[in-house]
Order: sequence, then structure tokens, then C-alpha cells
Amino acid sequence: MRFYEYESKALFRRHRLPLGPGQRVNSAAEARQAFGEIGGPVVLKSQVLSGGRMKAGAVKFAESADEAAEHFQSIMPIVVQGESARSVLVERKSAVAQEYFVAITWDGRAKKPVLVFSDMGGIDIEEVAETHPEHVSKTHFSSILPLSPRIAKEAVGAAGVTGAALNRLTPIVFELMKIFLAYDLTLAEINPLARLEDGSFVVLDGHVDMEAEARGNHKKLLEELGIGEDETRQARPPTDFELAGARVNAVDHRGVAGNVVEFDGNLGLVIGAGGGSLTLFDAVRQHGGRPANYCEIGGNPSVKKAEALTQLILSKPGVEKLAVMMNVVSNTRVDIVARGVIKGCIAAGRDPAETIAIFRIPGSWEDEGFKILRKYGVEYCDRSVSMHDAAGRAVAKIS
Amino acid sequence: MSILISKDTKFIIQGITGREAVNLTRENLDYGARIVGGVTPGRAGRDVYGVPVYDCVRDVVRKEGSLDGSVVSVPPKFTRDAVFEALENRIRLVVVVTENVPRREVAQMVELATLRGARIIGPNCLGIISPDEAKMGGVGGPAANTRQAYTKGNIGVMSRSGGMTTEIASTLTAAGLGQSTCVSIGGDAIVGTSYAELMPLFEADPETRAIAIYSEPGGRMEAELAEWIQANNSRLPVVAFMAGRFMDEMKGMRFGHAGTIVEGKEDTTAEKIKRMEQAGISVAERIEEIPRLLEKRLAEVK
Amino acid sequence: MPGLFIDVKVDPEVAKDAGIAAKLEEVCPVGIFVAAASGVEIDEQNLDECVLCDLCIEAAPKNGVRVIKLYES
Ligand code: SF4
Repeated sequence: MRFYEYESKALFRRHRLPLGPGQRVNSAAEARQAFGEIGGPVVLKSQVLSGGRMKAGAVKFAESADEAAEHFQSIMPIVVQGESARSVLVERKSAVAQEYFVAITWDGRAKKPVLVFSDMGGIDIEEVAETHPEHVSKTHFSSILPLSPRIAKEAVGAAGVTGAALNRLTPIVFELMKIFLAYDLTLAEINPLARLEDGSFVVLDGHVDMEAEARGNHKKLLEELGIGEDETRQARPPTDFELAGARVNAVDHRGVAGNVVEFDGNLGLVIGAGGGSLTLFDAVRQHGGRPANYCEIGGNPSVKKAEALTQLILSKPGVEKLAVMMNVVSNTRVDIVARGVIKGCIAAGRDPAETIAIFRIPGSWEDEGFKILRKYGVEYCDRSVSMHDAAGRAVAKIS
Repeated sequence: MSILISKDTKFIIQGITGREAVNLTRENLDYGARIVGGVTPGRAGRDVYGVPVYDCVRDVVRKEGSLDGSVVSVPPKFTRDAVFEALENRIRLVVVVTENVPRREVAQMVELATLRGARIIGPNCLGIISPDEAKMGGVGGPAANTRQAYTKGNIGVMSRSGGMTTEIASTLTAAGLGQSTCVSIGGDAIVGTSYAELMPLFEADPETRAIAIYSEPGGRMEAELAEWIQANNSRLPVVAFMAGRFMDEMKGMRFGHAGTIVEGKEDTTAEKIKRMEQAGISVAERIEEIPRLLEKRLAEVK
Repeated sequence: MPGLFIDVKVDPEVAKDAGIAAKLEEVCPVGIFVAAASGVEIDEQNLDECVLCDLCIEAAPKNGVRVIKLYES
């Protein structure tokens, strides 16, 4: 879950990382006032989660209060990669001598945090790594041994930095390592980290990503930063349909009927589990089908949950039929899902036999499940029909 | 032969009195597993299907002597500590079933395991099965279902998806291809044991003659496998099924496992397929193509 | 009202027994039995959640509880 720049900086500030004066503003009048309080040239930055603000023209410099107000008006409406600005951050414009890059993330292969440092900040780090590999250092560190500043020192030094800069950078980088582990982050980045003409350092831009699974461990911080529990911070904000899907999953604690994502097709999908859903969604598309949604059921959801999910999908305008498909199941029960989807159809005022294009869930309790499906005249198949072919049958029924 | 587990593997279930763990205990016992104890703090003296419950792993060791493995099925909050407890009691194979364990804690578990010379499978996995020998974890479900899907043979299976482990095994079984050992390795961004890390075990297992894997977008695991195969000149033909091809068009959305968040170019299915094919891995478009591709590759080896 | 798929019938004599009522409430994993002052009651909301585990049948005297699969008739 990504933090906005102003939230990332609020977190940095708590840890005394060097930050210049700045304010978040929501109106031209506030922008004008912020200019006065900061006293001098400022930079105005659109607060969006996606990158590419600079290119989109959503970052501007102002020399006067009037100009700050004007820029606020022009920045706010700019949509950056499909995302509208939440507010504008006004900060003092600094006289920069050099820019550095520092980021910490997880390396799934080494299974350790990796610290990436460069004395060529401000530009695309991938590019720097290719063209100037000697200016980029990558340093893994332990997540169980006590953290020590020497790791930060070595990382900074390995990028070719020495002298006073090395000694001033080390504690900043070390602090970021601590922040990374303390808050279950998946990314902690400062770019650029600037050395000013007077030799001091300041964080110009930075952002952090917190692992969604760990949100529960950091409730207090999130509350203090004003990050709501329903903010998913995905590539795009959740639709009403997706939020309703999340509520379905919260009906009870039995199993999962979640990860509902909306698409604009006509074939509703009740599919699972994790890998099975990915496989089946591909299969539907390979047959030329147009899914109305993505979802994942698994872990033996209750009848009520499967029912509510079915009803929700059928409530979506344009959904003609439903395909109910999973890989061979072990702990999810075929009969329980069959009951749920049939109840869901009936609750939505639809005939299950007409509405369910195909039911392909083989595995545990399948005999009992197939009995139910026969009773309601629903077309079903067992494991002898592949996931791919089952998806094909569903698609064929629509077109 | 098989890898990781056999009929003789002596193991425990941590969190044995939990709803899922009770099922899992029943299913494993029915499949012939040698479960010598379970652990749930405060429940010492009870039993689950005849398996005695203890408060601590240490108490099981005192009673039963050294242990080979443990299945950890406790809530996410307690998972790291449970794994530490297993490792510090000299257990060398820990299967972590629990979902939603934050990456930091997984990394910590794995790091301690490495220091102790132990292996973790998972988290967020269904465990390991060597057909007709034993299973450790929920893979395959009830024993009767497990026997229907899994049969003894020469194909090693590795999968990031628990459910797809069974779908693939079931497809192989239907085609007359049995399995040596199938490992559900877990779907998270960091897992205890990757495909490449299991390869040396399969390579050394005379019974394994080919490998089938399930793969999906996200992470570097397929790239790592491709590198391993090339660097070690592996004797084993590998066939991969790639799911989630649609995700290449949808960056940053969250589908499937936590590991599938597309973070960079090399994580896309297109990029992974390219890398795997370069390393000589056959990539199947559909699951039902796996048996045919395996047979073709096996015929080439002979 | 029965569920769409499952109905559970308790013998009227058995239903009056407070001890059996308590036992039924305890054993059913999906909360179909409620031990009320007058004996056992059925929570109709949960009928279709029945997992066919037969624990209620084992907990009651012979033929005291019947679990009926409505989709078999
Ligand atoms: S069979 Fe099991 S789930 Fe069904 S009513 Fe009886 S105790 Fe409850």
C-alpha cells in the first residue's frame, strides 16, 4: 500500500530525517499563505500515487505568492496517469549541489532486505545502473541480526562517496533502514536526497509502500497519518462493485470470496482459488469471452458467502450468465459452493439452469454437489473436462 | 524414493487444535503420516484423533526424541514464533501453512532456518506429498481425494499455487504419469524454498525423471530456475504451465497471490516465458498439454 | 420453514430435553441448533450451511434428529 509523498514525509519527520519546511494545501489561498510562511521561492507538487508528475507538468516552481496561487490552480486539475491530485505540497526550493538516491526493498531471491544507493540521484536509477554501474551499490542486510550503521556506511562508500558526505549520509541511510523494518515496508525510497550548497542534506522527494498484510500491526501510525482502513491504494481506486465484494468477504470468517475486480464484460465469474482464478480468467479470454469480473473463492467459504457473491455479480448490469469454475478442490467443498451459487441465482430472481453456463468444480464432496446441480438442471462437469474447455463451454453459451 | 519426506518422516502439527489443523491432522493420518504430537499452548493433555497435544515443542521432543518435521498452522500473528520454536528444537523441515504472514517475518524465519541448517516450505502453502508414502500438510485434501488425484511415479511437481498442485497432479494421473514428490511451495513474495532450491533434491532423486511446474506473474523465481538449469546442466526436462497472462496488461493491480503483484518488466508472463524457453523449459499454454510435453521431452532424453 | 437444500427435524420428545438441546448446540459446527428455555430450536437462517457431519445425529438418542437432504427427493 503506497503512501502519498506528504504521508511518507510525515513518517520521515517522526524519525528526524532532514526535511525542509513545507505544507500541504487545498486551495489557492492556502498556497499563497504557505508561500508567505515558507518565505521565499517554493516548489508546488501534485499529490498523486503514480510516478511521472514532472512530465505531466504537475510540479512547478513559484517565485511569488501570486505565482504559487496560480500554479495551485493549474496543477490541481492535472490527471497523472489516470489519477487526480489529492492536494498540493508546497515546499521550500533548495539550492542543490548534488543529488543522491537511496532505496530499500525486499529481494525475494536473497530473502533479505536490499539497500540500493547511488550518488547519481534524481534520474532513473535503472538507467544509472546500466550506464554507470560503479555509481550504484546494492547491499543486502540481515532482518534478524541487530542493525548497524556500518552497513549504511559500506553501501554509501561502495558507490564511491567519501569525505564529509559519507559521514553525513550514513546516519540518514541507517535511519531509513530502521524505518523499513519497523513498519513492515516493502519499499522505502528517498530520491532525490540532496546535498545543499552549505553541505547539509535534505530529503526532497520520497515515498514508502507498506505491506497490506501488515496494516493491522501499524493501526496507530496509519490513523495518525489519516490513512483510512478502506483505502486500498491500488493502481486505480476501487469501484462500488469492488467495495461491495469486500463486504461480501467480511460476511463471516469462513473461507474467502474476495479479490473482486470489476471488468465490463457480460460473463460473470465465480472462480477460484488463487492460481485457479488466474488460469480460468486467461482461459475465458483465450476463448474470446468477456469477463464481467475477476474474483477468488477458496478455503471453503460458507453457503451465505458464495450466495452473496453470486448475487452481487448478477446485480451488475449487462451480466448475462455465470461461470462457476475452480481447479480440483481439496478443502473447499463442491456441494457447499453449489448450494451457494444456486441460492444466489434464486435470490437475484434468475433461474439457475439458465444463468449458470457451466459449473466445473471437481474434488471434495463432488458427488453430493453434482446431485444438487442435477436437481436444478445446471450443466456441470468433472475433472475429465479441463479448466480450459470448461471456460470454452461457458463462453460458447453466450455468443 | 522421494524428496523431503517419506513414510518414516516423524513430524508434529503446531496449532493442532485449530479448525484447519484438526482437518489436516485427520487427512495426514489417513494417508499414513507419522504424526507423533501436536502443540497448542495451554492444551497439553488433550488429543486430536489420538495425537497427544503438548504446550511446547520441547515437551514433544522430551517424550518422542528428535523430530524430522513440523507443520505450522497457527494464526499469522503467532507464525514467526512457532517457526522459531520448531527451528530451535532442531526440527529441520518446517511446512508453514498459514497465509498473510508479512514479508519481514517470513524473511526472519527463513534467515534463522538458514543459520540452523533447516528448510522451510511455505508460508501460504499446502505442503508436500510423496504419493503412497506420506503427506505433510493439506495438499490433496481428504485421503480418498488425495489418492484419486495423486499416484506414484516419476514426475516431480512444484507449484506456487496449492490448488493448482492438485489440478496438475490430477491431469498427470489421468494421463498415466505418476509423481515422485509434489511440493506446494507457497504463493508469497518471499518463500522458504524456491523452485531452484528444490532442483538439487529432485536432481539427486533417482526416481524423478522430469519436472512439471505451475508459474504465474510476479517475482524472479522462474528466472532463478532457468539460471539454475543452465548453470547445472540439469538432467531433468522441465515443463511449465504459465497462468495469469492477462495480467501483463494490468500493471499494479492485485490478483492471485501476494507474489503476483507485477513489480517490473522481468515479472511479466511474456518475459518469464522467454527466459524459461531460453533455458530449455517447455511452456504449456494449457494444463492439459503438460502430459504430452513431458512425454515428448522424456522420449528425447532416452 | 426448511432451507432450500437441508431440513433438520427433531423429535418433539427429544426437543424438550434441555440436556440434549445444550449438547446439540455445542456439537453443530454451523449453529443450526439453539438451546432455548423450552428446549431445542432450529435457526432456519443456518439450515443450508449444514455440512452433513452427522454430529447432531450421534449426539441425540436414536432417531431423535433427522437431517434431510431436500435435493434428494
Ligand atoms: S449434520 Fe452437522 S452441520 Fe448438519 S445439522 Fe447436524 S451437526 Fe449441524
